[in-house]
Amino acid sequence: MPFGPEHEPPSEWMELNMGPQHPSTHGVLRVRLKLDGEIVRDADADVGYLHTGFEKSFEDKTYTQGITFSDRMDYLAPPINNVGFVSAVEKLMELEVPPRAQAIRVLMMELARISSHELWLGTAGLDLGVYSGFFYAWRDRELVLDLNEAYSGVRMMTSFTRVGGVAWDLPEGWLEQLQRFIDVMPGRIDDFEAMLSDNPIWHQRLKGVGVLSRQDAIEAGVTGPMLRASGVDYDVRKAFPYCGYEQYDFEVPLGTAGDCYDRYRLRVQEMRESLKILQQVIDTLPGGPWLTSDRKVALPPRSELSKSMESVIHHFRLVSEGFKGPLGDVYAFVESPRGELGFYLVSDGTNKPYRMKVRPPSFCNLQPLRQLVKGVLVADVIAIMGSMDFILGDVDR
Amino acid sequence: MTVTASTSLVERLGERFKQALQESSDFRGDLSIVVDPAALVEVARYLKDEEGFDYLLYATAVDWPARVPRFTVIWEVRSLENKTRIRIKTTATMPDPHVPSLTSVWPATNWHERETWDLFGIKFDGHPDLRRLLMPDTWEGHPLRKDYVSFGEPVIFSDQKLEGLEPDAIRG
Repeated sequence: MPFGPEHEPPSEWMELNMGPQHPSTHGVLRVRLKLDGEIVRDADADVGYLHTGFEKSFEDKTYTQGITFSDRMDYLAPPINNVGFVSAVEKLMELEVPPRAQAIRVLMMELARISSHELWLGTAGLDLGVYSGFFYAWRDRELVLDLNEAYSGVRMMTSFTRVGGVAWDLPEGWLEQLQRFIDVMPGRIDDFEAMLSDNPIWHQRLKGVGVLSRQDAIEAGVTGPMLRASGVDYDVRKAFPYCGYEQYDFEVPLGTAGDCYDRYRLRVQEMRESLKILQQVIDTLPGGPWLTSDRKVALPPRSELSKSMESVIHHFRLVSEGFKGPLGDVYAFVESPRGELGFYLVSDGTNKPYRMKVRPPSFCNLQPLRQLVKGVLVADVIAIMGSMDFILGDVDR
Repeated sequence: MTVTASTSLVERLGERFKQALQESSDFRGDLSIVVDPAALVEVARYLKDEEGFDYLLYATAVDWPARVPRFTVIWEVRSLENKTRIRIKTTATMPDPHVPSLTSVWPATNWHERETWDLFGIKFDGHPDLRRLLMPDTWEGHPLRKDYVSFGEPVIFSDQKLEGLEPDAIRG
């Protein structure tokens, strides 16, 4: 359906700009609403206000340099972006990642999932007037950021992966800190649920709002909790396990109604499942190296540089020009808090990606906004947009 | 993370579409086919209705300035039930690159094709709403083309005159 001046609505309709600086758009999304009184007749999402040209920038940087771009796209789950990016390169290079590196990646990714869902709970609640929830969610998310900082030195943009492993081993005392987090979180999620799950206002605002049927969800190409809330059992961690997810025992919660409330319930449930995974990783954490010993792609340890000329050469070549990939194109994907995050990498045999296409889950989840908001009240648009959990950095790249 | 669609799928496609299926490859477990643009919609329809590829992952393009045809346009789809994936490629030639739109088969490709039009300048025939998506409507040029300079502000040295510089030179 075209949306332009040639399709002028009846004169009593009003066009309203929601955004780009509206607080509930979580970033800079502009939605042009056509209103018939309080009822939305049509909507057009204008994205791109946060377009940063990451896909173009990838083409100018070596594979290792590209890692720091990846976490700036979906800035609420940087570790998952890091892993998604390097897994595309690893697939191209046919690299094996040591088990300990995989376990560390899983730890960081599940922490990111929890922190992202916490942030979502806080802000989506804030949009609907649950002010207190925001403070609790922020307090708990802080614990994850502390863990990020203790591991990588950075609270958000961790850039902790390297092609073939991770940059550092876990620091001393980190696992104990993580264990305290795992112990304290279930009670805090219970508190959150006590506040919201049976709250009549929360029910009224979310139940039956923004319903996406199973068929529509697949047609619209939505992914992650939005797809699962509509009853489609698809989670990359289960369907195509990566980083050793097949070893861990966890459930993929599914919804039935496909409404905003199901999406809320699913995310809370997913946080509990992530805690289960974290505990299992701690219990089974393998030893050994955390970076591949393939010197063609991974830097030699510092200690070798003073002893081996070979290592110095490798170090110099990797730092100055990186490594070259074979000709070909691959698609690698991981499960981000928002759904399937994919990286389509085309290599022309040089040390830089020839083309790097990101399949951002937020972009795919935002697309059906128009069909979801047609015919609803303006206030429900806020609830629906909140339940989509899109990150504009991820949409616009 | 290896996901292989069975090779017999390629055989079935080859049998049915003959010359329209120009090429197929299996690289690192990713199955790709190259399809003649004229038969693209038909192949897509077949893949969706009879092979169960119901879920569109993304659509995009790759620019190869030295090649003829210059652009490769790509749609990647998945069958949620069979857990298989196939990458459909077709080509577009300069000076007026255009390919058929697959919005009639997978509606979810709508925004992906808009983005590809926006960033590569490839037209999708039959797309219901082909407007720029990420760049402003007034933008000139298509940033992801290889001949579009990605960075570099024109610098004015002391021996140069200001009026000699085109302010929009970097837009390519």
